[in-house]
Amino acid sequence: MSTVFIQGVSRVFDSGRGQSTQALLPVDFEVRDNDFVTILGPSGCGKSTLLRIVAGLDKPSTGRVLVDGAPVTGPSAERGMVFQSYTLFPWLTVARNIAFGLRERGVPEAEQRERVAYFIDKVGLRGFEDHFPKQLSGGMQQRTAIARALVNDPKVLLLDEPFGALDNQTRVLMQELLLGIWESAQKTVLFVTHDIDEAIFMASRVAVFSARPGRIKSDIAVDLPHPRHYTVKTSAAFMALKARLTEEIRAEAMAAAVH
Amino acid sequence: MRPLEPVGAQARWALGLAFFVLFVLAWSVATFGGFVSPTFLASPLTMLREGVALFTQFDFLKDIGMTVWRVVGGFVLAAVIAVPLGIAMGAYKPIEAFLEPFVSFCRYLPASAFIPLLILWAGIGELQKLLVIFIGSVFQIILMVAVTVGGARKDLVEAAYTLGADGRGVVRRVLIPGAAPQIAETLRLVLGWAWTFIIVAELIGSSSGIGHMIVDSQALLNTGQIIFGIITIGLIGLASDFAFKALNRRLFVWSNL
Repeated sequence: MSTVFIQGVSRVFDSGRGQSTQALLPVDFEVRDNDFVTILGPSGCGKSTLLRIVAGLDKPSTGRVLVDGAPVTGPSAERGMVFQSYTLFPWLTVARNIAFGLRERGVPEAEQRERVAYFIDKVGLRGFEDHFPKQLSGGMQQRTAIARALVNDPKVLLLDEPFGALDNQTRVLMQELLLGIWESAQKTVLFVTHDIDEAIFMASRVAVFSARPGRIKSDIAVDLPHPRHYTVKTSAAFMALKARLTEEIRAEAMAAAVH
Repeated sequence: MRPLEPVGAQARWALGLAFFVLFVLAWSVATFGGFVSPTFLASPLTMLREGVALFTQFDFLKDIGMTVWRVVGGFVLAAVIAVPLGIAMGAYKPIEAFLEPFVSFCRYLPASAFIPLLILWAGIGELQKLLVIFIGSVFQIILMVAVTVGGARKDLVEAAYTLGADGRGVVRRVLIPGAAPQIAETLRLVLGWAWTFIIVAELIGSSSGIGHMIVDSQALLNTGQIIFGIITIGLIGLASDFAFKALNRRLFVWSNL
């Protein structure tokens, strides 16, 4: 049972010389238990800022974030995060990268090995345990990063455009992989993206962000059945959602372009 | 030749060696051809003959041993103090703000200028030699390590936090391992500089070491011995550099992938 309450969270950046930039207007949002929410918006709309505030990596200018009723005061392993940039520790092998959080908590060696092996299987990296990050493709690095966050059994999994740097084919495979993990493991997930197909395919709900200063302009339920197969992307229901979201995003992208 | 076009391994060796050959050739022409008086510049052959004499008659191995021990001793002493301090400065900004201005100032104090003062304080014994190396190395290492550690990738630090690391965990498991290859590289560089300080220290007030031998030879106008001494220093420096490089490559396999 893990819910995220975002209450009146806004963010103003000090841009020097007494100037300030409003990145995020006050946002109220609730992520229910086991919800897979995608946050969709044009680049620079403040969606990543919101995610960083939920992670505890950034402080809100107003408002607060509650996870299971407890306010977020800083980053912690209960809110695992996968970044867009490749953030594996280059001096650790795949297995040791995944075990990072477990070691930090002093989990016994035998249990570490067992849990790491379980997640290496889940993300399909058997045989690559002793490889260094530089020896892996981008997709494999992000799979390792997902396993590294999940092995801590976080209450909430946060993903900031995790597949943004991958080629299209790899990205589609990664979407299916992550969705498969979510369908079997059930987690509360917040996933930031600017890709409309990705936002619909992954989500049980899509929160559409406005152009900067960001706010949530609509909250759309995605009632496509699970387990989802990639063929769902050509279904009529998917197309209808895509048409609607395309209109919403287009208006925001145009607003952003004018600024 | 085209800009940035790589050169083959064999050609690289041949070209590198060719310059040494040219150098010795020019030296031979100048000396054997009688263009330079033997009083001021010994010929390559005289140099070699004097070198053999140094080992057989003047116990040059002991001088080399003394010099190596002083360099290594002073350098290790400096590294043991400077590396942890540099890490602390790089990781914690208040410590950096506290120490950085002073250390930056000290870095520009030439180690050799301290020699007269150090002789007053520590005499002309081993302690004085070690202190020259120490002063010459310690501030450089502190600053370079601090910059390396402070330049850690912010995204890796943030990732560590979201994986449950606290501040100490970040220093121990992200900042230090991430900076380690560059710190080792810094130590290699500074060890090279330490060799230049020690010779200066041995030129003044010393009764052993390669530098002392060079001063003695100057009094006797024995340019062969002087040149042999200089070349010895160069060879030892080169060997230690290669050894350091090889060690770094073995220790930090990941950074050379």
